[in-house]
Amino acid sequence: MNLNQLTIKDAKEGLKAKKFSSIELTKACIEQIKKYNKDLSAFITITEKEALESAKKADELISNKQDLPFLGIPVALKDLFSTKGIKTTAASNVLKDYVPEYDATVVRKLKDAGAVIVGKTNLDAWAHGSSGENSDFGPTKNPWNKEYVPGGSSSGSAVSVASDMCIASTGTDTGGSIRLPASFNNVVGLKPTYGRVSRYGIIAMASSLDSIGHFTKTVEDSALFFNVTAGKDIMDATTLPDLTEDFTKNLDNGIKGLKIGIPKEFVSGLDEDVEITFKQSYKILENLGAQIVDIKLPYTEYGIAAYYIIQPSEVSSNLARYDGIRYGNKRSTFGDEAKRRIMLGTFTLSSGYYDAYYKKAMSIRTLIKKDFDDTFQKIDALFSPVCSTPPWKLGEKISDPLKMYLSDALTVTANIAGIPSLSVPAGFSSNDLPIGIQIMGKQLSENILFRIGNAFEKYTNFYKQKPKL
Amino acid sequence: MKIDVTHIAKLADLPLAQSEKEKFGKQLSEILSYIEKLKEVDTKKVEITSQVTGLENVTREDEAKPSLSQNEALSNAKSQHNGLFKVKAILE
Repeated sequence: MNLNQLTIKDAKEGLKAKKFSSIELTKACIEQIKKYNKDLSAFITITEKEALESAKKADELISNKQDLPFLGIPVALKDLFSTKGIKTTAASNVLKDYVPEYDATVVRKLKDAGAVIVGKTNLDAWAHGSSGENSDFGPTKNPWNKEYVPGGSSSGSAVSVASDMCIASTGTDTGGSIRLPASFNNVVGLKPTYGRVSRYGIIAMASSLDSIGHFTKTVEDSALFFNVTAGKDIMDATTLPDLTEDFTKNLDNGIKGLKIGIPKEFVSGLDEDVEITFKQSYKILENLGAQIVDIKLPYTEYGIAAYYIIQPSEVSSNLARYDGIRYGNKRSTFGDEAKRRIMLGTFTLSSGYYDAYYKKAMSIRTLIKKDFDDTFQKIDALFSPVCSTPPWKLGEKISDPLKMYLSDALTVTANIAGIPSLSVPAGFSSNDLPIGIQIMGKQLSENILFRIGNAFEKYTNFYKQKPKL
Repeated sequence: MKIDVTHIAKLADLPLAQSEKEKFGKQLSEILSYIEKLKEVDTKKVEITSQVTGLENVTREDEAKPSLSQNEALSNAKSQHNGLFKVKAILE
């Protein structure tokens, strides 16, 4: 096994036992990036020099018997996370030469934990998209088959982990932007409870929905990553009070006796491959001792409609700051998708339409949230596919925005309700493309999601399968 | 639902070419027609939800803290003059 293929857990153990150095581990990742980035477009910026400097420092600290959670571990950042002195573009021409003067809170936390930043990953510009094709710098490709989309918007972050260009990466999930690419790439993706990870310094998409999460190779790594990033931040007033907990603590408790619901609205109209995979998946949970129950979440069908009012409204407001004066380029340099969303949001917030659209959508939000709240009185978690189809071909949906938007039908309601959801590899389609399942829980229930995900992963081991690059 | 693209683009300060106006006009109408399905739901007695944290009145001490220097704040400005952002005249 090459060093860049390691998990966080194994890399940490190897570094600690001096089986290899952080310099060697970092070089292995950078080599992999250099070898395959031309084909995959996973990275916008490679920070080789800075990475090798931090790796050298990490090796010194390790020699001095220092122990930090991510000491010497190579991590990639979605290019929406502000990095002091390193270009942060949001994959948009508006910010193509923007260099922040400060780090996002999550970036600072990762650095404080000893992480080595290897680069900034590609995305749908401003995180607007489900396929990775809306990047102003060219689409990211799916490493399992380069003719297919990797899923978006955190396309490069998912691909960088799937193709072992780093050990883990950060992402953002406003309507599915972590879970969808995680499921399309056979990696683990966490969309945490809204407010559990600071949004400070991360370029805002839709502020009431944006959740800051990450991609890892295993569920255990996802819990280790969350140990570093979760917590209250004075710079983000929407962060929740601290609950000091070790997210790895209950991982191996098994799932015997847990009540897991399958929402019927999430499993109708599935593609055949997804349906087969999903059935096998919940049978596995049953075999592991969970009780599977059928659940109804009747307002699910209004999720996308409500989301495509709330989200563009907040987008139009957040992107109003890009005036090309203080930083960035002129508004004429926005790409098509950003222009569409700015206009849609400007319209739904405009005089005479506010009540009919924005207020209506916020009422639907109440009903969707109530659906979940009532359900979680009765069960421990929900289980569903991440997407009703496997990855689709590049170009297939790009000229039909509505069709693209509907790809998020199974993911947006978790954002609307602010609940956490963990995407875990669940198998492959008939043409060998990854399929993922998601485990959703009530707010602050990440511990249970990790527990279920870990039991499922230990039984299936899909994460061990790698794309042939 | 027809959308007045020229008016909305003006509100949003987005310069659009004629061909873009036509393309976006059609696409946005399709999206809005889909969104119309929310009308099926009676929400007269439903309270709105604008955020989901349950947090209220989050405040902090009003203390000055170190912040960006003038040079740092200007570091990405393409047009500046004497340490200030330089903008086009707003009034004639």
